[in-house]
Amino acid sequence: MNPSYLLWVILILTIIGYFLGQNRAARVADGRLHRLHSVPSYHGIYVLLWAALPAFLLLALWVAMESWLALELAIAQLPDRFTNVDARALSLLQADVLNIAAGINTGRETAPEVKEAAEAYNNLRSMGDTAIFFVGLLMGLAGLRFALNRISLELRARNQVESVLNVLLILCSLVAILTTVGIVLSLLFEAMRFFTWVPPAEFLFGLQWSPQIALRADQVGSSGAFGAVPLFTGTLLITAIAMVVAVPIGLMSAIYMSEYAPVAVRSAAKPVLEVLAGVPTVVYGFFAALTMAPFVRETFGANGLGLDVASESALAAGIVMGIMIIPFVSSLSDDVINAVPQSLRDGAYGLGATKSETIRQVILPAALPGIVGAVMLAISRAIGETMIVTMAAGLAANLTANPFEAVTTVTVQIATLLVGDQEFDSPKTLSAFGLGLVLFIVTLALNMIALRVVQKYREKYD
Amino acid sequence: MTASTMNVDPSAIAMSNADAVGTGRVKIHSKDVKVFYGAKQALKGIYLDIFEHSVTALIGPSGCGKSTYLRCLNRMNDTIDICRVEGLIELDGEDIYGRTIDTVQLRARVGMVFQKPNPFPKSIYDNIAYGPRIHGIGARRDEMDVIVEKSLQRAGLWDEVRDRLKEPGTGLSGGQQQRLCIARAIAVSPEVILMDEPCSALDPIATAHIEELIDELRENYTIVIVTHNMQQAARVSQRTAFFHLGDMVEVNDTEEIFTNPKDERTQGYITGRYG
Repeated sequence: MNPSYLLWVILILTIIGYFLGQNRAARVADGRLHRLHSVPSYHGIYVLLWAALPAFLLLALWVAMESWLALELAIAQLPDRFTNVDARALSLLQADVLNIAAGINTGRETAPEVKEAAEAYNNLRSMGDTAIFFVGLLMGLAGLRFALNRISLELRARNQVESVLNVLLILCSLVAILTTVGIVLSLLFEAMRFFTWVPPAEFLFGLQWSPQIALRADQVGSSGAFGAVPLFTGTLLITAIAMVVAVPIGLMSAIYMSEYAPVAVRSAAKPVLEVLAGVPTVVYGFFAALTMAPFVRETFGANGLGLDVASESALAAGIVMGIMIIPFVSSLSDDVINAVPQSLRDGAYGLGATKSETIRQVILPAALPGIVGAVMLAISRAIGETMIVTMAAGLAANLTANPFEAVTTVTVQIATLLVGDQEFDSPKTLSAFGLGLVLFIVTLALNMIALRVVQKYREKYD
Repeated sequence: MTASTMNVDPSAIAMSNADAVGTGRVKIHSKDVKVFYGAKQALKGIYLDIFEHSVTALIGPSGCGKSTYLRCLNRMNDTIDICRVEGLIELDGEDIYGRTIDTVQLRARVGMVFQKPNPFPKSIYDNIAYGPRIHGIGARRDEMDVIVEKSLQRAGLWDEVRDRLKEPGTGLSGGQQQRLCIARAIAVSPEVILMDEPCSALDPIATAHIEELIDELRENYTIVIVTHNMQQAARVSQRTAFFHLGDMVEVNDTEEIFTNPKDERTQGYITGRYG
């Protein structure tokens, strides 16, 4: 019997339990509900939890252990000559048993004992499933009955239900935190493996990036170079261009929105500006590669100012990334500017300051920490952005500060290194984790500084 | 009792204005001032004269329009989009809502101190220097130093802050901050200073400081103060106007108002029956 039936049965049981608990509590109170320590619905939930939780825990445990347990038991039945072998052969044996049990042809002659073991495995599992169904049902019923019997005027059902909810909430937040920790750890371990191939100093300070490994010894360009400095400078260059675009435009539009715009304009323009934030980065990538890059080449290149412009220039990617970040800067700055107390504006106006004087000399200085925070968050976003640069910036790891040349970024390299089928035992693929670690540390540091700055600012005016 | 009826006869008020033992000449003259916030009328036609070199207190229950009236006098209501002002307000005989008046220049002549101390997030020195700078006064450093020192002295704050002019104004105590704001208002040498409940956020000692200061400032400035504290009105002002539900019910010498109110609403308020 499939254990999922148990889920449905328990679900029905909990609904019944809820109403039974509620009724029992009402009956115990004998019409004077205020005599109960908790209102009847808490008694209902109390019974519900007792009916559901033990059975669910049992089921979860079973699902987790079932196949392992059955396999162990089935293998234990085999004669010693099968099991008394090295670990490798044992795992092969286990795989055989599992395959035969699942009806997959192993393509090899199998001993009848192994077939028997597979049969035993299947039997054990189905027996176990049936058993668990009835045991679970019994536990549910027992829990229900136990909880119902405990209902009395004094039962602190509310407190107990609340503490169960508390545990539930803690579990949920643990999932988020543990996932983060897991991601960081996996990044860290893979990066450590990479650093056994390439020393960290060479990686961090090397000036040449050419993540190749030789297939044959005499191959041309067989030597790989893992100096990540060109990637860092490329990332910096594009981020800087993006900031030059995004910060002035974002900040000015935030000032206009919060200080100058009439209510009607503000309520119409703000959503439009925020639509920009909803555009998928891939679409920005099209825009960068198909519109902005040719435009940059036309304007500054041979037909325009006569400069030497690469077809995939850092400028085009940076400008588009800046456009992407505008709503980010403007909406954060807008919040910060709005948080500057009206009393400061009044104070400046009361002295006869004009609007622009008030904004430049009073509001912006007051909002500065928050704006700095917003800009730092924007920078960390620009550094981590992948799609636009993948599509528009190119792969050439040039060490240059010229915005008209092609550069590549950390994120682009990570993406290209890991696209497709890769084996994770060469420095080429593992270098992606080294880059990822650097990226992670930089953005984490930026975010933390930004949050600190913003927090400090909040304390001052709340 | 014409003043106690809801339909106040403007001429009667004007007369009671004239009756009052005003010292000096009329600095601000207001006639039939009406203020609307959107569709809601906040002031229903105020007739009030404010005399030079005296302290005029505006009292009345919350929401009666006294702060609204005060904010009309330097056109601070202009910063509120939905606010509309009708009627005539004259400063030295000049209509401040007239076409030729620039709010920047008006506010240099009519300074304001607010309910909550609101020093700018700058140093004490820069807080004071801010007003003169935007009006192009004290361009030379030594001139500005003099202005800052004088303003702080007049506000009674100089001795407390002379050694830390570079420190942020927000680091001062509440009472010191409010005196800093008064010094800031004085620094542009206004003719009139409007004070909107300047002591409501302060403790009694700081309040006493400010009240003393107001009394001293009367020599050089015309002061209009909104207050909820009737003892304060009695202590610092020469004339008192009582506002109620958007009307100016009664104005007279402060002593008269507090000892012999003509209107029963005034009497009810100052004896604490409502408000």
